[in-house]
Amino acid sequence: MRLLSKKDSGLILDPLADNNPITIQVLGICSALAITAELKASIVMAVSVMFVLAMGNVVISLMRNIIPSKIRIIVQLVVVAALVIIVDQVLKAFAYELSKTLSVFVGLIITNCIIMGRFEAFALANGPWRSFLDGIGNAAGYGLILIIIGFFRELLGSGTLLGFKVLGDPITKTGLYAIGYENNGFMLLSPMALIVVGIIIWVQRSRNPALVEEN
Amino acid sequence: MAVNTDKNLYTVVFAAIMVVVVGSVLALTASGLSDKIKENQRFEKQQNILYAMGVNENVDEGSVNFIPADKVEAEFTKYIKEQLVIEDGKVLKDENAYLIDVKKQTTLARKGEKAKLPLFIGDKDGKKFYIIPMYGKGLWDAIWGFIALDDKMVVQGVYFDHKGETPGLGANIKQRYFMDDFTGESIMSGTKYSGISVAKGNNDPINARKDDNKVDALAGATITGNGVSAMISETMKFYEDYLKTIRVN
Repeated sequence: MRLLSKKDSGLILDPLADNNPITIQVLGICSALAITAELKASIVMAVSVMFVLAMGNVVISLMRNIIPSKIRIIVQLVVVAALVIIVDQVLKAFAYELSKTLSVFVGLIITNCIIMGRFEAFALANGPWRSFLDGIGNAAGYGLILIIIGFFRELLGSGTLLGFKVLGDPITKTGLYAIGYENNGFMLLSPMALIVVGIIIWVQRSRNPALVEEN
Repeated sequence: MAVNTDKNLYTVVFAAIMVVVVGSVLALTASGLSDKIKENQRFEKQQNILYAMGVNENVDEGSVNFIPADKVEAEFTKYIKEQLVIEDGKVLKDENAYLIDVKKQTTLARKGEKAKLPLFIGDKDGKKFYIIPMYGKGLWDAIWGFIALDDKMVVQGVYFDHKGETPGLGANIKQRYFMDDFTGESIMSGTKYSGISVAKGNNDPINARKDDNKVDALAGATITGNGVSAMISETMKFYEDYLKTIRVN
């Protein structure tokens, strides 16, 4: 017996590739630019968005038949904001160190368009279980791109990964630096994140021409 | 029975109920966790003060490890011998000076109003440390920290932290390679309290020169670096009168 039906597993797998929120739907770009200079920050952001999006999708889905359509955007915002505040408070009480790393991103989670986009497009029309899967899938697709960008930016910009020096020491000139390699400072600036996103979109579309829009 | 969710009355009632429910949930969470959060914040201050005077659990050149939260209170009483508050030129003892809101007091001092400026005297292996809290602004938000001096006004250690500096750029002020550069620098330039500037193009990346009142800047984080310089020199001005009384040439 399969754990998930084909339709349900599609909810998880589609956003990872052919319906990726960043590269195909072009949502959540702002946070992809802002926080991907380090791989660790990208991972923390991906996990936090996954929690907020999955839980938010479930809450909105449970309330979908009673939300007045005139104020549905406000209701969605209140749900996201409340979830983010609860996560932040719980982390501050029980994982203080992690909460300090997260604090930069809390505001960004509330303004992340993927969250409102999924509430509007999916949770308002589907049941809680499928909405939960949709939340997990979309956050995973978003996180995957964030981690790829974070990987290249940290590696080429600082010569480190998760803070570990993988290319050698730039000051004492060991490893790659001994043969004249220099860190690319451009990689640490936000515009380079946009260029990396562009390259990912290019690679993805050239591998799967069905994704290219017709003129 | 299907409810007509488009009616104005329904919308108003729904909004009111939602505000009450969400408000209560958030209030309950906040009040339930507030003691635990305050305790964590208290421990963090103690950890930071001890870190600046070199009491930490760093294992190698890259790590920033504090004394664990469950041991920090005992270590704090062991190493911090005196907690002082400088108010209007008078130096008073205060058992809980570390709990003083440095942000509020710095704002008062900036306006030239009466402020309570905390200072901690630590003792490690028979050596005296004067630890001063600092508060300033970086590129996006607040930055703060502690600086530990000896009686010759030479920096023995620092700790910096920030609220919202850019990860990978300004946020690196709390990395070892930046903080360690300050150790050994003097805050005096001749007889003047000059602070230490975070200099671009210092051409001294391993910071071998300790007599220039300069440390090498962080690439791509000019404004955060300038914020750190400004924060140190401003704080030194507030504490100058007291530091003169303890200075040994």
